[in-house]
Amino acid sequence: MPKHGVVIIGTGLAGYTTAKEFRKNDPETPLTLITDSDGAFYSKPMLSNAYGTNKLPTQLATQNAEQMADTLKAKVLTHRHVMEIDLNDSVVLTQSGDNILFDRLVLAIGASPIVPPLEGNALERIHQVNSLADYARFRGDLAEPRKVAIIGAGLIGCEFANDLRRGGHEVSVFGPDALPLSNLLPAQAASELKTELGGIGVDWQLGSAVKTVNLNDEQFELILANGQSHQADVMLSAIGLRANLQLAKQAGLSTARGIVTDRFLQTSSPNVYALGDCAEVEGLFLPFVLPIMSAARALGKTLAGEKTSVQYPAMPVVIKTPAYPLVVSSPPAGAEGNWQIEETGTGLRCLLKNGLGQLVGFALTQDCVKERQALVKELPPLLNT
Amino acid sequence: MRKWQCTICGYIYDEQLGQPDHGIPPGTAWEDVPEDFSCPDCGVSKEDFEMIEAS
Ligand SMILES: Cc1cc2nc3c(=O)[nH]c(=O)nc-3n(C[C@H](O)[C@H](O)[C@H](O)COP(=O)(O)OP(=O)(O)OC[C@H]3O[C@@H](n4cnc5c(N)ncnc54)[C@H](O)[C@@H]3O)c2cc1C
Ligand SMILES: [Zn+2]
Repeated sequence: MPKHGVVIIGTGLAGYTTAKEFRKNDPETPLTLITDSDGAFYSKPMLSNAYGTNKLPTQLATQNAEQMADTLKAKVLTHRHVMEIDLNDSVVLTQSGDNILFDRLVLAIGASPIVPPLEGNALERIHQVNSLADYARFRGDLAEPRKVAIIGAGLIGCEFANDLRRGGHEVSVFGPDALPLSNLLPAQAASELKTELGGIGVDWQLGSAVKTVNLNDEQFELILANGQSHQADVMLSAIGLRANLQLAKQAGLSTARGIVTDRFLQTSSPNVYALGDCAEVEGLFLPFVLPIMSAARALGKTLAGEKTSVQYPAMPVVIKTPAYPLVVSSPPAGAEGNWQIEETGTGLRCLLKNGLGQLVGFALTQDCVKERQALVKELPPLLNT
Repeated sequence: MRKWQCTICGYIYDEQLGQPDHGIPPGTAWEDVPEDFSCPDCGVSKEDFEMIEAS
């Protein structure tokens, strides 16, 4: 009979969804969640369409830590930064001096934004948004219409560009590649995205990396590799995320791009599991909502004693750029393909097909996004039992 | 007729409107929406929806 029960570090989507799934299967065993945040439940994807959905940062938190603790019949320890995991004694140590014993431990500690490699004196003042608290600070600087410079033309950069335009701000997007979302989209779709966002007033400054950012009299000056200089009132960097690995490394767990787990989400230590943005499951690092939902469902069962492996079907990602609706399903690891692009007149249907003519991925734009549901059925799963 | 909201992305399923693009005719009650329904915006499953106040 376990005494200490299950301890989950992290109260993001991964931590809370795992707790919820666990409770469906095991209403009794003690459950503790630990977070260095305030433990409020919020949906992170909504951070990049809050203007579009008319939400203030405070409205994005749908339940506070106490309410979550109540529904989950769990302890939720907030504002506790975990410093160390001791696997020999099965104990988690926090900065504030708590020692929390566990029978089984779940790491749901997320990822951190990559700090842009910039020269100049402004680095500390450049926003990065990967939590509700980050977003509240960012919105604090956007109380009136501002001129915003976004570094990074990836998924999050493009979503914020669209949403901040809806919020009435001036927006410029900077990045070294010639087209936005160039790692996910075929050039034709990327170029249409660029045009359509341009149409709602997004100013693209692509093709040259930002080298230096200086802040003088509350004005940012950006200097690009090509020598050009630009001004902005507020800056956001969105150049990607890196899994939080420090705790796992210190505990001696295997890590790669994420904390390494098998298909049961078990790390290199038997009673320790990982999922979400911090985990690499069977070689797959997928920092998105859908993989978290699948993983949490499996782990909820495993923790309750019914060992269950993760199944990843194809998991398309909707890119929240209402000016140019887009949904992308990336191919399974190692699958090669060629894009076949059909213009339907009301959007692009871009199908990624392998040498045998099988569909391995897609990118659908505008009206074609409706075909997602039908096409996803033709795609191979990313991870099967 | 009721409305159901995706707890992850905020998408609203309105029973009155259905989701014709996904083969769900207007007027389809939430109970009758297929179990393999997924959110048209973020793709999470039916169980990640909550009923919201009818407005
Ligand atoms: C702006 C934005 C928009 C997005 N849009 C989409 C989208 O449309 N679709 C999609 O699929 N995905 C989207 N994503 C990605 C998706 O939101 C993430 O994959 C998901 O939220 C990650 O959840 P997580 O629980 O793994 O990590 P996190 O939410 O980062 O949670 C990590 C938790 O761990 C805690 N923690 C970390 N270290 C410690 C420590 N040492 N001690 C104590 N606590 C600790 C943190 O406080 C936090 O509670 C988006 C991401 C962003 C940033
Ligand atoms: Zn949704």
